[in-house]
Amino acid sequence: MFHRESGVFKTSYVADMAVYPLPIAKWTVAALAALFAVIVPLAMNEYYLSLLNLILIAVVGALGLNILVGYTGQISIGHGALMSVGAYTAANLVTRLDAPFWLALPAGGAMAATIGAVIGIPSLRIKGLYLAIATLAGQLIIEWTINHVSWISGGVQASIEVPRPTLFGAQLRTQAQFYVFLLFFAAVAIVATINLARSRIGRAFVAVRDQDIAAEIIGIDIFRYKLLAFAISSFYAGVTGVLYTYYLGIANYEQFQINVSIDYLAMIIIGGLGSVLGSIFGAIFVTLLPIVTRWMLEGLGGLILSPADLANIIPNLRLVIFGALIIIFLALEPEGLSRLWRNIVAYFRVWPFSY
Amino acid sequence: MKRIARGTLALAAASASLVCMIDRPAAQQKELVIGEQCDRTGATQLVGVILCPGIMDYIDLINSKGGVEGYRIRLDEIDHEYKVPPAIEAYERYKAEGAVSIMLYGTPQTQALTQKLNEDKIPGTSPGFGTSAAANGTRYPYVFPIAASYWSQGAAAIKFIKDKLGGNLEGKKIAYLYYDNPAGHEPMVILEDLRKTEKFELKNFAVPPPGVEMGAQVLDITQRFRPDFVISHLFGRSPSVAIKELKRAGYPLSKVVGLVWASAEADVQAAGGWSVAEGYHTIQFAGVGDDYPARHEIAAMYKAQGKEPPKEMQNTVYYNRGLLAAALHVEAVRNAIKARGGEKPSGEDVKKGFEAIHGLTLGGLVPPMELSASDHEGGGWVQIFQAKGGKFVKETSSPAWMPRFGWRFRPAVQWPRRLAR
Repeated sequence: MFHRESGVFKTSYVADMAVYPLPIAKWTVAALAALFAVIVPLAMNEYYLSLLNLILIAVVGALGLNILVGYTGQISIGHGALMSVGAYTAANLVTRLDAPFWLALPAGGAMAATIGAVIGIPSLRIKGLYLAIATLAGQLIIEWTINHVSWISGGVQASIEVPRPTLFGAQLRTQAQFYVFLLFFAAVAIVATINLARSRIGRAFVAVRDQDIAAEIIGIDIFRYKLLAFAISSFYAGVTGVLYTYYLGIANYEQFQINVSIDYLAMIIIGGLGSVLGSIFGAIFVTLLPIVTRWMLEGLGGLILSPADLANIIPNLRLVIFGALIIIFLALEPEGLSRLWRNIVAYFRVWPFSY
Repeated sequence: MKRIARGTLALAAASASLVCMIDRPAAQQKELVIGEQCDRTGATQLVGVILCPGIMDYIDLINSKGGVEGYRIRLDEIDHEYKVPPAIEAYERYKAEGAVSIMLYGTPQTQALTQKLNEDKIPGTSPGFGTSAAANGTRYPYVFPIAASYWSQGAAAIKFIKDKLGGNLEGKKIAYLYYDNPAGHEPMVILEDLRKTEKFELKNFAVPPPGVEMGAQVLDITQRFRPDFVISHLFGRSPSVAIKELKRAGYPLSKVVGLVWASAEADVQAAGGWSVAEGYHTIQFAGVGDDYPARHEIAAMYKAQGKEPPKEMQNTVYYNRGLLAAALHVEAVRNAIKARGGEKPSGEDVKKGFEAIHGLTLGGLVPPMELSASDHEGGGWVQIFQAKGGKFVKETSSPAWMPRFGWRFRPAVQWPRRLAR
């Protein structure tokens, strides 16, 4: 955030390892938390809140994928399917056993973690593109299973309607209520990821990413940590799937196909690998960019084009702009939006005395 | 670094101006908003680029004639690339704009929005796709799988085959060639039921996505199973592949019937032209061809503006389906305004307007559907056409419009007990 350190005299390890070393950092975070938890749901209308809700769900998924790809250096194109694992686990628990959301949510995550760890087994022997193909196989197997095993999918349509979660005896209905519900889980995911990255496990992940043979030599159990990374990451994916299911009121595997896996990979690559802030930026960017470009094109294009032409041009031009912006952003700053943000902060930190 | 600062400022200014732009003035008096979702860039773009202009042209036509009962209709089209999150965003925008009805597009999107439509009391239509069970209006009050759901289409195919094979299916063999996704699985329930009552032999042949490779299935059908008829339920590029492969295997295409998304001119053209597809049967839930008053009026409207009629009109199958969808929404809105005595209707009124639709034919383009509070499909009417001499010709062995066959409303069953066999 925009503040300058001064008088930093750390005298203990605890102080050095604090998430927020300065009081002002704490206040900024508290102010942001208050803004998002109190002011935003009261001040914004339903439409904008619905956009935020989509972003909050995407944030959880992007954080999870970033733990695997960004911190541990393993790749997965199977996260879309792992979300559907969480979604169907929760949907089955809710419809068969009337499970409340505080049970269905971790159960969905846990099931995804289990299956994710299995999908991650090839990572012990292969890397990079080979691993990408192995996880792609996982995606296809899960999709096929849900499509054909009616015990899981609930019928030929492979979609299970799920009642909205109940909180304090009241069912969540409005976007504002869902916003608060989703914000809680997104916040938990963010805090958990920040702390995971600072822990022994997080440092082990980074060591595996940077050079796994070296990591093994200094005593990191590669087998354990690679699978742990897959499990934790898949847990996030499962939770994302459950949140999606609750938000839409239906579990449907067609919402979690391969393009979803690619979208989430795009989020963390655009946002910045191995960065919590990057996952958030990426989720915002990928979710909002198509919408914002459409607003822009509608506003500008309406001046020169007929509605019929506009309807045809907008969606196509939007894809072009989306692709072009991704290329431009990555060419400007290969380390993603989070690096761009850090550059901006670094600039203002010494402003106006930049030398 | 200065660059960055300037860039940040520019970005902030741009986003601020954007926020101003989207806060449009509230809809004027005497204007009704209808939301229209479309896919012109995603998995089903082959359909969307023809169907959606059809919808727009019809609404333009209505507006050029003074609108509906004094109300202008503003059609808000949003492309969702056949993805679910953009469909939700689009829906929320329609809601914020006060849309009275929504044209859904795509089965997963329809399912994702079903519960929201019920909660917000906005009617949505899913012509020819979506959840077949939603024909039951008591269970799904705000979804209208108008014209023909997958169940009706599957049953109609069996009825057509039965008529074609001399009125008795006992001992006959029927192959069901389907796209291996939920929409492809959907008619299987009804086919299985009919197999028992009509006593024919049924074998299913799945085509895995993306559906462009089906040599093995076709060989299996033509060489091993040797059916008396083939039902083809495929989407996107795959119907044309099926036509081509069946032709190559020497199977007579006059013994093949395609459900509604395997039935367009584009499929025939992609298969190699009309000479290849000669004899191929298709199931249609809207009239096919050029000879309908609505199409003449649209062509005249373009002439009056000094423009050529759009090239989309030549693909009559999808274009006419667009006209059908638009016409139903206009009729529902008209019923709703009349029922309110000229006042601006709400989504709930338009839902009742849909349920009051009857006797809307548009000169044969729309089936004689009778919607009601319990029947949101309107009878499940379809027509059979055959590829003959360069165009689709109405099949003469079956009636002009075939009503729902072999099944009635099933009691609404709670998930997940409605399991597949």
